[in-house]
Amino acid sequence: MPFTSERLKQFEEIKKRYPEGRHKSALLPILHLVQEDHGWLPVAAMDEVAEVLDIKPIEVYEVATFYTMFHVKPVGKYVLEICRTGPCCLVGAENIIQYLKEKLNIEEGETTKDGLFTLKPVECLASCGTGPVLQIGPDYKYHEHLTIEKIDSLIDELRSKG
Amino acid sequence: MKILLEHIDKPGIQSIDGYIKNGGYRSVEKALKQLSPDQLVEEVKTSGLRGRGGAGFPTGMKWSFLDKKSDKPKYLVCNADESEPGTFKDRYLMEHIPHLLIEGMIVSSFALTAKTSYIYVRGEMMYIIRILEKAIAEAYAKGYLGKNILGSGYDLDLYVQAGGGAYICGEETALLESLEGKRGNPRNKPPFPAVWGLYGCPTVVNNVETIAAVPWIVNNGGAAYAGIGIGKSTGTKLISACGNINKPGVYEIELGLPVEEFIYSETYCGGIANGRELKAVVAGGSSVPILPKNLILKTANQDARLMSYESLSDGGFISGTMLGSGGFIVFDDQSCIVRNLWNFTRFYHHESCGQCSPCREGTGWMEKVLHRIEHGHGKLTDIDLLVDVAKKIEGKTICPLGEAAAWPVASAIRHFRDEFEAHVRNPESCNARHLHFETAMSH
Repeated sequence: MPFTSERLKQFEEIKKRYPEGRHKSALLPILHLVQEDHGWLPVAAMDEVAEVLDIKPIEVYEVATFYTMFHVKPVGKYVLEICRTGPCCLVGAENIIQYLKEKLNIEEGETTKDGLFTLKPVECLASCGTGPVLQIGPDYKYHEHLTIEKIDSLIDELRSKG
Repeated sequence: MKILLEHIDKPGIQSIDGYIKNGGYRSVEKALKQLSPDQLVEEVKTSGLRGRGGAGFPTGMKWSFLDKKSDKPKYLVCNADESEPGTFKDRYLMEHIPHLLIEGMIVSSFALTAKTSYIYVRGEMMYIIRILEKAIAEAYAKGYLGKNILGSGYDLDLYVQAGGGAYICGEETALLESLEGKRGNPRNKPPFPAVWGLYGCPTVVNNVETIAAVPWIVNNGGAAYAGIGIGKSTGTKLISACGNINKPGVYEIELGLPVEEFIYSETYCGGIANGRELKAVVAGGSSVPILPKNLILKTANQDARLMSYESLSDGGFISGTMLGSGGFIVFDDQSCIVRNLWNFTRFYHHESCGQCSPCREGTGWMEKVLHRIEHGHGKLTDIDLLVDVAKKIEGKTICPLGEAAAWPVASAIRHFRDEFEAHVRNPESCNARHLHFETAMSH
């Protein structure tokens, strides 16, 4: 699964942000783009990133597994990254997570059988005054002040998009 | 008195034209044409500005530590990795008035003789990254960035870097590791970033809010800034208020405002939500000690508690706390201290980078012990066990995540021990979480 020429051009542009010999700095920005293309980070794609940056594959793997935004296993088309940290729980996040589990019939970390949704509780998203909150990649738009009704209409909307 | 958010409601302030119309980028003209880098450092020293990310270290002093004599490039890196639970002020500032940060970055980079600077934004804030990239492109187009800025001979390139989701990257050396394309493992200090920072070069890392205060200081002078606030807590601070209050949001306060006024005034939090009573406050982000109502409103000496570095820490950790990041989390009388602490401890366990065993293992044990207390399987000896584990993490790790994990545990048990004992003796006695369940389900 080679990168498109457009992506390769983008990678080269990103590398220019850093001084000569420091292009490994481009790793995180590039991984975000690769994940946008695949929905997750397959090993083959990570190996290609290593080639692009002239680093060892392990240097890519160790970064991909360290940061929670990167998925190193296949996930659903829509990964519901919902905040589970204290301030959101003060305004009802635990109930929203419970409701999502029941509605989608999955546990935390699981994907629905149709491959559409993965439920992934995450830590604080800096939306404590507007919680409960969830976001969905690749644009990571914030869905804030979540209620049962908002969850229903969001899931309906995503299902109809397919 | 507003310094950072004065123009936040002006139409078009997000764009460079709207921003310039409201006096934006004046400090770049003044700094680059009238002042030397060393004069700028002196102004910031005079202002008494302190790091707004949480540590409160004097900014001017941090700047003066930069090894300017080194023949290596110097870097300014802005810490926009805002991840401390309860904190959402930087996100607000970058979203609504992005050019204030860009302006601050230009002037501060000039003061530090940096020719390349980075803004490291947590990856989850992808839309903020887009906003900043647009603002930077506008600044290049107007000649505020790039070669020979405003004909001054000064060159500066500014880039935005996306993180990947890791609380630890808010720690400055972990942030630098991440910016170098590595895991966010904090470095041993010394050497400090001022000597050995990004790519082994002299580097200053400052929080978004700190850098955003610099343009005002350049325009009005450090002495004018020092005249605002109280004592060594000069200027204004953004406080992000959340939890069980009527008006969650970001407020710019003059340092020295009474905590009671902040909580109950309609100008700020507007009192406790749903007509309930105040129970406790975590005043500076999840890492700082929790204080019960009596101690957050008044110090142990019965003085009014103020929103300032000194007043909030009055009494040390026995009866005080810290201003921290300004993440102000309010708990009402129906919230459960034990459940919240279990939640916070899970957070620190999840976010520990795993380098130091006291933190890696200790946070996990604290989470496990709190889980069993919260779920009705605790023992009375667990409470002292938690205090003991917290003590064995504190001060024994490379970075302050260890303290950040230990302080909430120590303080919650210090001030709310009876609640922990009640959870052990009669798990059913806590009805707080059930009530929360019903409240949210009825939305």
